[in-house]
Amino acid sequence: MGIEPRFEPGACVRVADRQPQGHCRTPFYLRGRNGEVISLAGRFHDPAQLAQHRPGLPKLTLYRVRFAHIGLDGRTTQNEIMADIYEDWLESAP
Amino acid sequence: MSPHDHHDHDHSPIEDGQGPPGPFQILERAVRELLIEKGVLSAEQIQRQIENQEGRTPELGAGVIARAWTDPAFHAELMEDARAAVAKLGITIPDAPELIALENQDGLHHVVACTLCSCYPRMLLGVPPAWYKSKAYRARVVLDPRSVLAEFGLTLPEDTRIRVVDSTADLRYLVIPRRPTGTEGWDMERLAGLVTRDSMIGTGLALPAAE
Repeated sequence: MGIEPRFEPGACVRVADRQPQGHCRTPFYLRGRNGEVISLAGRFHDPAQLAQHRPGLPKLTLYRVRFAHIGLDGRTTQNEIMADIYEDWLESAP
Repeated sequence: MSPHDHHDHDHSPIEDGQGPPGPFQILERAVRELLIEKGVLSAEQIQRQIENQEGRTPELGAGVIARAWTDPAFHAELMEDARAAVAKLGITIPDAPELIALENQDGLHHVVACTLCSCYPRMLLGVPPAWYKSKAYRARVVLDPRSVLAEFGLTLPEDTRIRVVDSTADLRYLVIPRRPTGTEGWDMERLAGLVTRDSMIGTGLALPAAE
């Protein structure tokens, strides 16, 4: 039933590059970006459903994902971004 | 004598929020009045909730940080499960979201934002400052964090890595600033006086021990 998390800490993941209508909690600047799963944060109601007054079930696994930081000049910097991404937005990255 | 001649310095006109309400203000008022009219909520309940929210101030968070600086067992609990740790100090709210403590270290500085809206650890810091909700902060801090922090007066060493934490979902974040040097032996109350709101967001540091 999809209860088992798809990714483990250390997994390389890619944020789906989708542009769905309606509310979601995946920032545009991270779509299509690769990152590393740092930890699993638990299971939470699906925010895209909640925004439509639907129950938000089944709950989704939420991951804390670390991304390289890309500066204004388009180059990777020494800094980093952490964001929380729901499983339905994550794909395996090579 | 001009109508604005009551003191001797120049300033812009003080805005007092007058003018026509915006669409969201009209919507909020309409929903609020309907909820009261239909008996879903009373005006007293709404007022109590506003007072409850506004009664929470960053002093709550400062107490948590001071405790973490002085009590290794509490520090460990805070890093492991921050929501449970602060609940033991009596800081609870119904349906409190998950809370994660981010500890600054030598060479690693955390700064928190919510690029999608204004998620903020209200149970510990109260109502977020206006700039935290501004599009400028939210857009720029993930693109150019070093410059944004410098605009807050925080210039970090070149080799310090900045970790921008975007609270995109169901987690809220509290930064544990580094304990200022020269505070050995201080009690929690005195230490808490050094912990600013911005140091717990990551746009500042804890105040130095002595000016």
